[in-house]
Amino acid sequence: MSDADAGRGRAYTIRLELADEPGELLNALRPIAENGGNLLSIYHERGNLTPRGRIPVEVDVACAPGRFDGVVEALREAGVNVVQAGEERYGEEVAVVLVGHLIDTDLSDTLKRFEECASASVVDVSLSAPQGTDDVSSARLRLAAETERVADALATVREIASEKDLLVIEPQLDGGA
Amino acid sequence: MVRLAVLGAGAVGRSVIDLAGEYGHSVTAVADSESAAVDPDGLDAERLLDRKASEGLVGPDDPEAALSAAYDVLVEATPTTLGDAEPGFTHAKRTLEADRHVVLANKGPVAERYGELRDLESESAGSVRFEATVGGAIPALSTLEDLGAGHVTAVRGVLNGTANFILTRMAAEGLDYEHVLAEAQDLGVAEADPSFDVNGTDAALKCVIVANVLGGRFSLADAEVSGIEGIPGSALELAAEDGRTVRLIGEATRESVRVGPRLVPENGTLAVTGTRNIVQIETTHAGRLNISGRGAGGPETASAVLADVGRLTR
Repeated sequence: MSDADAGRGRAYTIRLELADEPGELLNALRPIAENGGNLLSIYHERGNLTPRGRIPVEVDVACAPGRFDGVVEALREAGVNVVQAGEERYGEEVAVVLVGHLIDTDLSDTLKRFEECASASVVDVSLSAPQGTDDVSSARLRLAAETERVADALATVREIASEKDLLVIEPQLDGGA
Repeated sequence: MVRLAVLGAGAVGRSVIDLAGEYGHSVTAVADSESAAVDPDGLDAERLLDRKASEGLVGPDDPEAALSAAYDVLVEATPTTLGDAEPGFTHAKRTLEADRHVVLANKGPVAERYGELRDLESESAGSVRFEATVGGAIPALSTLEDLGAGHVTAVRGVLNGTANFILTRMAAEGLDYEHVLAEAQDLGVAEADPSFDVNGTDAALKCVIVANVLGGRFSLADAEVSGIEGIPGSALELAAEDGRTVRLIGEATRESVRVGPRLVPENGTLAVTGTRNIVQIETTHAGRLNISGRGAGGPETASAVLADVGRLTR
């Protein structure tokens, strides 16, 4: 690496999800600049919504390798939902099945809490309630998480499910294939 | 010729009595919960089993007579009990104190009081073996022993045939739990009271035993257990849409024991079907070993008991 490259740092891509509200983009960009990140490009995919109704934004940033984690941390602290950071886009996708009174226990609240605490993102949800919404139903969630945080994410799922008296069918992570 | 005393005349005990002669052993004492038969020259297996079938008793004596009879190896095949694991634990204790060998088919003593049992063994000229307690006919524990517990990082698998049969049928036929359970009971795959099989207790006991063999000190209370009772057909359908199915998987390491329903790839190694069991062993130098086979049944489990008898007396 030449000296000039070292000064500019390395390029990273950060994928964010933003609410469709005024000021959200600016709010997301400020922590990048304040933490030594040099904005290279912004791709704001308006009109294209994520499964949760947010707007996907891709930001290319240059910074010293040692400072990149600080940039991501600052974004998260600012309440920005970071879907992907640098090389490591949520490396793992795992499925879990939840069983119980999913509707009565507010499925959307359950999902929201997974997103908030599980360091995972809910990629999609399939619900099966053959006996109607009053009875026991099942839901399959696909969660995306960073490779080394899958176990943490599942622990959080277990915790929230046990609070709501839901049965969790976890993925068998080892030996399944 | 090895002389066996067989305690317990359920499916496993009866099969041990039936097959002992074929393995070159004689049965000198048998007891069930109410009666006993003792003959230092060897009991007639056929006559004894006929009597048990017709009268419900194995012989004219008090059960206590079997324990004080002349034998080389005690086969403890009374029903598994939790907590103090009695009367199985005392049967094993008295045998070891008399410097004789014990082969357990009863999971209670090795799951609930493993440390005490090993202490008794260390004071005794006799030894304890319990291959039959994990995975029926599958040589799970002797494989661990051959590998060396220090070279094994984890053991997991499908260790309950009844639960596996129910999950297999639910997925294949789109039927719900209650329906398939009733069918399993008709077929004799599930007992009248299937609680231990479907709530994960039986698989957990086996995993606790494995974790103990790996060097941990666990009892059932240390295991994190959930069963398959609450699983509706819709959960299996959602799993199938994703190329997966549900299996009751138990996992044991030196640090923890967990049993619960898990999503596994539909055609993966762990997705054994029907009453089949599988034991998967993670090793440090030899990769992953998979052993599958019949995890229950009288002759299957008796073959594991008799293999232990062979190991003790070779």
